[in-house]
Amino acid sequence: MTAVAERAPAPAYLRHDKPLWRRVLLRTDTALLVVLIAVILWATVSVPFFAQPFTYSTVLLAMAPILLMVPPVTLIVVTGEIDLSVGSVLGVSSAIFGLLVQHGLPLALAAIVSVLAGSLIGALNGLLVTVLGVPSLAVTIGTLALFRGVAVGLLGTTAITSFPGDAATWLRANIGNLAVPRIILVVVVVAVLFGVVLHATTAGRGIFAIGLSSETALFSGVAVNRTKLLLFVASGTVAALTGVLFTLLYSNAIGTNGIGLELQVVTAIVLGGVSIWGGRGTLFGAIVGALLIGVLSKALQLLNVGSDVIGVITGGALILSVVVASVAGFVSRRRRTAAVVQPSGGP
Amino acid sequence: MRKPAVRPPLSPLNHTKGNPVTSPKSVRRRWLGSVAAVAASSLLITGCASSSGGGSSSSSGGSSGGGVDGKTVVFIPKSLGNKYFQASDKGGKTAVEEFKGKFQEVGPTEASPTAQSSFIQTATQQQAGAIVLAANDPNAVCADLKAAQQAGVKVVTFDSDTKCRDLFINQVTVQGVADGLVDLMGKHLNGTGKVGIESGGPNATNLNAWVDAIKATMAKKYPNVQIVDVVYGNDVDADSYNAAKGLIQNHPDLNGIIAPDSVAVKEAGHFLSDSPQYQGKVWLTGLGLPSELKDYVHSGVIEQFGLWNPEDLGFLAAYAAKALMAGDIKGKEGDKFEAGKLGSYTVGKDGEVVLGPLKVFDKSNVDQFSF
Repeated sequence: MTAVAERAPAPAYLRHDKPLWRRVLLRTDTALLVVLIAVILWATVSVPFFAQPFTYSTVLLAMAPILLMVPPVTLIVVTGEIDLSVGSVLGVSSAIFGLLVQHGLPLALAAIVSVLAGSLIGALNGLLVTVLGVPSLAVTIGTLALFRGVAVGLLGTTAITSFPGDAATWLRANIGNLAVPRIILVVVVVAVLFGVVLHATTAGRGIFAIGLSSETALFSGVAVNRTKLLLFVASGTVAALTGVLFTLLYSNAIGTNGIGLELQVVTAIVLGGVSIWGGRGTLFGAIVGALLIGVLSKALQLLNVGSDVIGVITGGALILSVVVASVAGFVSRRRRTAAVVQPSGGP
Repeated sequence: MRKPAVRPPLSPLNHTKGNPVTSPKSVRRRWLGSVAAVAASSLLITGCASSSGGGSSSSSGGSSGGGVDGKTVVFIPKSLGNKYFQASDKGGKTAVEEFKGKFQEVGPTEASPTAQSSFIQTATQQQAGAIVLAANDPNAVCADLKAAQQAGVKVVTFDSDTKCRDLFINQVTVQGVADGLVDLMGKHLNGTGKVGIESGGPNATNLNAWVDAIKATMAKKYPNVQIVDVVYGNDVDADSYNAAKGLIQNHPDLNGIIAPDSVAVKEAGHFLSDSPQYQGKVWLTGLGLPSELKDYVHSGVIEQFGLWNPEDLGFLAAYAAKALMAGDIKGKEGDKFEAGKLGSYTVGKDGEVVLGPLKVFDKSNVDQFSF
């Protein structure tokens, strides 16, 4: 272990800095990208029927709702909070959207109202967390159940299906000759937006600071509560937008839409190397995590592996990723301690 | 094509190594992010482009007459681990093996409206001969089913229909339920008596249709059997128990209960077991699951009840898929096909095939079924 540090010649900063390959590869998100590429290569070579455009377009289509909801929830997780209500917000938004369209409202207006409803639910989550100081886990488990109930209550067991069929066709159609459905454009816009906020703005640094230590962040001038509130509103808004798109994608508004998606979102985020304790992670990692789950389960499905086993494998991958990340963290902390100790004896 | 896209961003990275003072972490992180993103997307896209020439979509097959040997029939139940669908898929497997196709069962672990979508897509990709589906939602999977059909995959639904399929195998018609249950009751009462109906939810469309048909059929076939009341148990155990109790206590001269709902018949049986004074006075029948009712059948509380046999349902669905794959039928009204031991079937209106009359369960056969 120390051999590496000793081999590095004089300049002091190199001791603190790891070599490039290690900086690039020993990050959970890049490592995960390597895994994703490896899985794709493996599947292309050895999984029958995998190597065709249909694979990519269906994986992206299936993962689109999750990919959409991952960015805002990632930001919330980075602050050390969590939002488990997104699946239910999707359901409520789908139900409201369906009812409004059924009552003759133009699609665009109905969509706006549904998305605003999502913002309100997000605000409710945010206020309960920031004003009352209730843990977000408790709050959003509550709203998860509450709004699933509302969604199912709004429509009962009936489904509304009177959506223009060309909306679904349009969203599902590929962009040009790429095996990428158009709905992914929305994903890209949302991901870039949240990615820039998290990784390239002062607000983003504030978000990381909150996750590392809420109090330190507060004393450093980060508006902790306002940031959290805004993030919950953003999460509700995006989840509701996902609800509208989901409804159009499947031409189907029903209260059970999006049931259970919140856990898939959180799985992707944690698999993507975002620390559930906050303060650590990248949006890129979370998105790669989601893609990895999608590609892996498609490949396994094509191999006729049952969904029970796919669940076991996805869960195993999640645990493995967390364990590897924490072991790597442990090793790098050890090394950093060693690096700090050594220079004191040097020039 | 991938390399140039990746290269340029790498140089600033090398640069930072030599000059660490001007490399704040955030910049490095951003560069890394974009490098990786470009690499990922280019891989995805080139992956698609290169294979789009060779592999092409699965529309090659189609089914041009005759052989179905080795063609895969994919059964997609509402969810895995459901006894009812385990039984129907078992029947399907028997049939598929009989006509030397390949049987496959895949499905989601939870019955959410869109959960079956990816399994339909995968079956399409694998160029399956046919998909036999019990749809969780009549619409949510339509886009995927249409894509499957365009790729030459035949689509048969059973148990729960969708709006986009070649054939729907209906377990029983409304009139079939009414005829079956009314005959059981009418014969037992020798054509005279007072009967109550215990249903599930008052708003359940299919249950209400059955209740109406039972009333009409009873009036026609057994005019001296009077239907005195209809009560609802809301598909909840406790409510159904109390509904049966109320029905019997409010009508002291009641001779029978018809419960066309599996919770209602189970809980009515439960109440009769708890109340020996009514046993032998009130004759109970209905639509129920053998696994739930067999104790009551053996204790004599219930003598006979009806249901369809899900194994036969799956068996028929598989043979319907076979007839479609072989090109014997197109799924039009009047099309005829053979379904092995079940005999010959004719496609009815709207591409519907009806399995047949209700199957009657009693002491002699109730233990043979797992669902």
